[in-house]
Amino acid sequence: MTVLEALNAAMAHEMARDDRVVILGEDVGTAGGIFRVTQGLQQRFGPKRVIDTPLDEKGIAAHAVGMALYGLKPIAEIQFSGFIHDAFEQLMFGASKYRWATGGQYSVPMVVRAPSFGGIKGGFWHSQSPEAYYVHGGGMKIVAPSTPRDAYGLLLAAIRDPDPTLVLEPVPLYRALRDEVADDGTALPIGEACLVREGADVTVVTYGPLRHDVVAVADEMAAARGIEVEVIDLRSLMPFDVDGIVGSVRRTGRLVVVHEAPLSLGFGAELAATVQQVAFGYLHCPIERVAGHDLPYGFAGGDEYYRPNRARIGAAITRAVEFSF
Amino acid sequence: MAKTTRRRRKTAPAAVAATVDEVLGYYREMLLIRRFEEKAGQMYGMGLIGGFCHLYIGQEAVVVGMQAAIGEGDTVLTSYRDHGHMLACGMDAKGVMAELTGRAGGYSKGKGGSMHMFSRERNFYGGHGIVGAQVPIGTGLAFAHRYRETDRLSLTYFGDGSANQGQVYESFNMAALWQLPVVYIVENNQYAMGTAVGRASAQTELFRRGESMGIPGMQVDGMDVLKVRAAGDQAVKHVRAGKGPILLEMKTYRYRGHSMSDPAKYRTKEEVQRVRSERDPIDQLRENILEAGQADEAALKEIDREVKDIVTEAAEFAQQSPEPDPAELYTDVLLEA
Repeated sequence: MTVLEALNAAMAHEMARDDRVVILGEDVGTAGGIFRVTQGLQQRFGPKRVIDTPLDEKGIAAHAVGMALYGLKPIAEIQFSGFIHDAFEQLMFGASKYRWATGGQYSVPMVVRAPSFGGIKGGFWHSQSPEAYYVHGGGMKIVAPSTPRDAYGLLLAAIRDPDPTLVLEPVPLYRALRDEVADDGTALPIGEACLVREGADVTVVTYGPLRHDVVAVADEMAAARGIEVEVIDLRSLMPFDVDGIVGSVRRTGRLVVVHEAPLSLGFGAELAATVQQVAFGYLHCPIERVAGHDLPYGFAGGDEYYRPNRARIGAAITRAVEFSF
Repeated sequence: MAKTTRRRRKTAPAAVAATVDEVLGYYREMLLIRRFEEKAGQMYGMGLIGGFCHLYIGQEAVVVGMQAAIGEGDTVLTSYRDHGHMLACGMDAKGVMAELTGRAGGYSKGKGGSMHMFSRERNFYGGHGIVGAQVPIGTGLAFAHRYRETDRLSLTYFGDGSANQGQVYESFNMAALWQLPVVYIVENNQYAMGTAVGRASAQTELFRRGESMGIPGMQVDGMDVLKVRAAGDQAVKHVRAGKGPILLEMKTYRYRGHSMSDPAKYRTKEEVQRVRSERDPIDQLRENILEAGQADEAALKEIDREVKDIVTEAAEFAQQSPEPDPAELYTDVLLEA
C-alpha cells in the first residue's frame, strides 16, 4: 500500500467496525478528498457518515468537537495544514481543553487529519509544519507517520484514542512509497518512536518526510566514511518517546535533531533541552539541530534550501562526530 | 429566482453603452487573460511552473468589467485565482509569468509564486492562499481609504467557496457598521473546488448574503463584460456617494479544474461545453463587435496577434529570467531598526 491507501484502509477498517466513526471535511465525499485519501468511502459508507462540508475550517473543527462531545468519533480533514490556523481557537480552546476543564466529565475523541510539510513546491501556505503550536498549546496528541505501515497503525490509534489527536500527514510521500501493510486492524501505540537504523556513532532523531532523507544520508556516510548513524523516527510528538531517545544517546553520546519546521522554538529545541537534562553526562558534543530557517517557506528555493537538504543533514552529523573540546 | 421586491436588492442595470475604443479595449484585455492563462496551463504541463496554479479561464469578463468601472487609486485584492486580476490591473505579463516560474524577474522575486504577488504601483494588494482570508483585509483597506479621507474605494473579490467562511460576515458587519467604501464582488463560478454551490450553501443567492446587515446586493451576468461594467458603475457610484458597502454577485463559470491537479470529475464535459458555446464572454463580445460594425475581422485579428506576442514574450522572459539566488531567501524578512 501507499501512504494514501494505508490511511484510507485504516479509516475504512474503523468505520466498518464502529458506526460512531464519521468523516467530515471539504470535498471528502463525492470528490474523495483533495488528495483522494477518502476516495470511495462515501460510496461505501454513505453521505451520512462521510460528509462534504462548506469551505469553513473553523466550522469543521467546531462541529467535530460538538459531535465528539456527544459520543461520536469524528475524523475532520483539513485540506492543508496551512489552512488549519483558522480552526486554531476551536482546537486549542475547544477540543484540547474539555477533559481538563470539565474535571474529566467530557472528552473529545476526535481526529484532525492535516496534510503537512513541504517538498511539493507549495510556497508558505501549502508547506506548513504547524506541530509546535499544538505541542505548546497542550491537550492534544500529535502524530506524524512517514511510512505506509506507520500511517495505518497511527491513524487507527488516533481514531480509537479517547483524546483529540492531530495527524500530520506527509504530503510528499502520499504516493511515493509502498509497504506491505496488513489491513488487520492493528494499531501502533502513540508515543513510541521507531528505531529505523542502528548505529553506534551518533543518534539522529527526526520525524515526517525527512526521515527518508536522513536514512539516505546515514547510508551514504556508512559507505563512504564508515560513520554509523542511528536513526530514530519519533512518529509521535505528543507524547514523545523520551526513554527511546535517551537510551540511544547514552549509547552514541551524540545527538542531531532534524525537522523542517523553523529552528527557533521548533520541536528540536524541546528535544535538546530534555536530552541535555536527562543525559548530560553522556553527551560528547553539543546537540545539533538541522531545521527550516526562521523564514517563510519560499516558492522558489523553499524545497531546495529552506527544507533541510541532505548536504545540511550530512554537515551536522559530521560536526557532531568530529567535535572535540 | 430572487424576489425583486426586496428593499435591499438593487436591480442589475442593462449593459453599459461603451465607446468603440472601450469595447475593443475590453476585448483585448479579456483575450490577454485567456491567452496568458492558456500559456500558463501549457507551461505547467511542461513542468516549467510548479506547485499550485489556478486558472481564470471563463471568468475574464468579471475582472475586466469591474476594472473599467473603477479609477486611479482604487485598491484591488482577491484570492488565489489571481492572474487575471493582475493583468487587468495593468501589471506586466512578463513579471506575472516569471513569478509563476519562480524566477528573479517575478513580481515577488520568485518567492511568492502564483498566489502571492503584488504591485504597489498598480494598487494591487495581492492574491491570498487562504479561502476568504482576503475579505477582512480588503475591508481594512476600505477603512484606510475612509480614514485618510480619500474618495477611493476597495474592490474586494472572493469566490462562492469563501462565501461560507465566517470572516466574510465579520467583515460585512464592520463594513456596514462603519459605512466603509468597499465593493464586495463574489465571483460565483458555481464550484468551490469540487463542491457545487447548492451542495454547500443554504442560501445560494449569494448577493443576498449581506441583507441582514443592510448591505444591498445585485446579481449580475458575469459572462457579459458590458453588464459587469454597468453594475460596476452603479456600485462605484453608490460607494463613492458615501452609502457604504455593496455586494455584487457575478454569475460566472470556471472552465478548467480548481487547480491544475483537479480532473473536475464532479461535473460533466457537456456542462462545460454548453457554457463555452453559449455564454463565453470573449466570443459573445466578439460577435457583438462584428454585428455592431465596431471593428472588422481584420482589426480583431490584429488584436489577437498583438495579444499573442505579449504572451509569447512573457513566456520567454519567464524562462530566461534567472532563478533567484538562494541568498534571496534571507532578504526582506525584517528590517533592522
